[in-house]
Amino acid sequence: MSNNLNLKLRIWRQDGPDAPGAFLDIEADDISRDASFLEMLDTVNERLLGDDIEPVNFPHDCREGICGTCGVVINGQAHGPEKATATCQLHMRKFRDGDEITIEPWRARSFPVIKDLVVDRSPLDRIIEAGGYITAPTGSAPDANDIPVPKDVAEASMDAAACIGCGACVAACPNSAAQLFTAAKLAHLNVLPQGQPERWKRTEAMVETMEEYFGTCTNHGECHEACPKEISLDFIAFMNRDYIKAKIKNRSLASQAR
Amino acid sequence: MISLDSKVPAGPLADKWDNHRFSIKLVNPANKRKYDIIVVGTGLAGASAAASLAELGYNVKVFTFHDSPRRAHSIAAQGGINAAKNYRNDGDSIHRLFYDTVKGGDYRSREANVYRLSQVSVEIIDQCAAQGVPFAREYGGLLANRSFGGAQVSRTFYARGQTGQQLLLGAYQALAAQIATGKVTLYNRSDVLDIVTKDGEACGVVVRDMLTGQVSAHSGHAVVLASGGYGNVYYLSTNAMNSNVTAAWRAHRRGAAFANPCYTQIHPTCIPASDEFQSKLTLMSESLRNDGRIWVPRDLDETRPAGGIPEAERYYYLEDKYPAFGNLVPRDVASRNAKTVVDEGHGVGALKNGVYLDLSDTLANEGVETVRERYGNLFDMYERITGEDPYRVPMRIYPAVHYGMGGLWVDYNLMTNVPGLYAIGEANFSDHGANRLGASALMQGLADGYFVLPYTIGDYLAPRLGTKPVPTDDPVFTNGITEVDDRTRHWLAVKGTRSADHYHRELGKILWDYCGMTRDKAGLERALSEIPAIRDEFRKDVKVLGTADGLNQSLENVNRVDDFMELAELAARDALHREESCGAHFRVESQTEEGEALRDDENFSYVAAWEWKGPDIPQELNKEPLTFENIKLSQRSYK
Ligand SMILES: Cc1cc2nc3c(=O)[nH]c(=O)nc-3n(C[C@H](O)[C@H](O)[C@H](O)COP(=O)(O)OP(=O)(O)OC[C@H]3O[C@@H](n4cnc5c(N)ncnc54)[C@H](O)[C@@H]3O)c2cc1C
Ligand code: FES
Repeated sequence: MSNNLNLKLRIWRQDGPDAPGAFLDIEADDISRDASFLEMLDTVNERLLGDDIEPVNFPHDCREGICGTCGVVINGQAHGPEKATATCQLHMRKFRDGDEITIEPWRARSFPVIKDLVVDRSPLDRIIEAGGYITAPTGSAPDANDIPVPKDVAEASMDAAACIGCGACVAACPNSAAQLFTAAKLAHLNVLPQGQPERWKRTEAMVETMEEYFGTCTNHGECHEACPKEISLDFIAFMNRDYIKAKIKNRSLASQAR
Repeated sequence: MISLDSKVPAGPLADKWDNHRFSIKLVNPANKRKYDIIVVGTGLAGASAAASLAELGYNVKVFTFHDSPRRAHSIAAQGGINAAKNYRNDGDSIHRLFYDTVKGGDYRSREANVYRLSQVSVEIIDQCAAQGVPFAREYGGLLANRSFGGAQVSRTFYARGQTGQQLLLGAYQALAAQIATGKVTLYNRSDVLDIVTKDGEACGVVVRDMLTGQVSAHSGHAVVLASGGYGNVYYLSTNAMNSNVTAAWRAHRRGAAFANPCYTQIHPTCIPASDEFQSKLTLMSESLRNDGRIWVPRDLDETRPAGGIPEAERYYYLEDKYPAFGNLVPRDVASRNAKTVVDEGHGVGALKNGVYLDLSDTLANEGVETVRERYGNLFDMYERITGEDPYRVPMRIYPAVHYGMGGLWVDYNLMTNVPGLYAIGEANFSDHGANRLGASALMQGLADGYFVLPYTIGDYLAPRLGTKPVPTDDPVFTNGITEVDDRTRHWLAVKGTRSADHYHRELGKILWDYCGMTRDKAGLERALSEIPAIRDEFRKDVKVLGTADGLNQSLENVNRVDDFMELAELAARDALHREESCGAHFRVESQTEEGEALRDDENFSYVAAWEWKGPDIPQELNKEPLTFENIKLSQRSYK
């Protein structure tokens, strides 16, 4: 159909973490404008298979912008040109006929390429394991309404908790810093009354684990620009304040315990 | 024949769970560390179970094919989670939630299980709130609720339109804490490709490391499958792309009965497909039906945009046919009626494959801002997908496959008929009968994982104190590994002409046409002749490139499609044998004069649990009779 798009794609291919990798140039003709970006890649893969070329591996699952699995760099932008939109929710009507589209994996020191467009983001899980939780063993909870949470606090917590853990913030950051991801989880838990008992311990542990794996934040704000959930930079300021307080509190708690 | 002992405890309904907990065996706290438990899946059911078991002291190995536990399909649930808290003082109670769930399931679920689910629903909300799940709140700081999916009370708890995400993050974080302590070992990017039994008892799993391709065996005292639902057997569904039936299906092939596979929920409010390359369908939360009116143009040749069609020329078919419930009729009724009007030619959109879900009254009465606050995320998502602005033109929706009520047969303890093998969450068949109510899957997954399995598994484990897990060099494991390796080699050797997706799409079309919203004998027989044919062709002609010794998404997919091929046949067989209409299963031959579903309690009040007999041999039907002592059966009526 004439309304469809003819595109020139440059897709990153790489066999494994230590393999060199290179761009594959493909003409992708007759792509529906209603297709999602990943459906466009599905179509390309079907065609590659027909030509006996191994399909491109790319990360995806829910295709609804919520699981955080997808994510590629499109023409230099993490998740592509549409604001507040994960790769799977980007649709081809945002492109024009004849466009050249370069597709790369997340590029970050802490996210080694596994294959093609798939990277290893497991350091993000390490940050959560370091303290991104509220200890509440199953069965021990009081009635949910015993702990009122002011509406605005619940809303602020939810704003932060909306993070999908895709890692676009890290990929977009010139320093590969994970401040936005870490701050979002800290703010989610630290503003809640339930999060207070472990607040300082959590903050110190998460920030220091983050620093072990990721680069340093120099306030570029690229993370926020790339974030499909528009997580606010204010959370980073919140985290920095809490971290300083945590250092002091944890020291005085330690001396009290002595 | 297999034995289907439901193990429902004796005694009055309200006391059963309590009595049962008292009468089953316990594992002493100091002894729990002597047991290894394998959990497959990190969705709501798997993550909550793994975390809770580890807190109790068991050693847990948890497997997921995702890169992180947090990505499980549960993350996508939007609407909310039910619980009989009666915080709204509107007449809810444990008994009412129980009653609604059994009735909603069209009397095809087990009373005792559903009652327990309603009982523990209350604890789930407490647990999740304590974990920091940011539920919606009232100004006073107490929890907010909404009415959902046609319920007559407001018992649904929610976190914006991201309830599944927040509940899963809560469970994932609890799991992460246990991973940090070392009580849980996480195997991510690990595809469980077989379940291993020895002397009839479950003893482990065979797993492919998706990064290296290495196939290995893991053994434990018990195996818990929390591997989610199988809606993707239809190819197009609201499920995440990688959701699949493999773990449950392989368990079935090893002896676990598969129950009620014909009960598939088709959700009424999804965005219609835009073309044949569509890869999945997106759900628009059902909560929109609270504020929206569903209609189609009366004129089959209507060409005007929605706004230009006068009131009198609109057909509000749900409001007309069901004055009492109107747009809030249950999912199956809403879906079937949408199909009817679209089949009659009333459909809207370029492909005439949808109906309008129109919020213009609400937009006019309550204002754009109110609507934005309530549904902003959904509206944005709709616009991204369709390119249309739902604040200005009504949304187009159409039903899509959403949830499998069927699954592995389990007893009251959530154990399959294979000793030591448990199934929880969407992977089992337990609580929803022939139709699931909105906001009840999250409740069931978390009930199973937090509050049921951690108790009931002790009953199986306690007498096994002092036994060691079967060593992984036992022939049951080495043979299991060889079988998986052979299967992999087979796929790479076929060197056919078409992708697994191609065949999957074909399979999905057959199922959707003949085993979708309406079914009849002729169509199901046709499906039963077409599915084996397409399966044979698939096995001979599929094309998988690349190698087995590293990440290869086509290889992962082909295994899953292969298992779907077998499941599809069973679903059609189950649908054919069930000559009544019930819940989501509508047999054209069994309807009232008004065209509503007609149940046949005399002949079909049972769970159909199918037993594997070997490749290319039809499964054998086993029946677990359903008895109702606390609820009077009635034909559902929403008029
Ligand atoms: C779009 C959408 C919206 C929904 N909204 C609601 C709602 O509002 N309220 C509600 O109550 N319900 C809702 N549901 C239903 C509900 O989300 C699911 O039924 C529920 O989350 C299933 O949880 P689970 O833990 O059983 O499985 P899942 O969350 O699907 O998890 C399955 C896990 O098993 C793993 N796994 C599977 N197979 C293997 C294998 N072979 N090897 C290794 N790992 C494996 C996966 O990696 C994953 O971790 C919705 C469903 C959809 C599709
Ligand atoms: S695939 Fe889940 S967020 Fe994109």
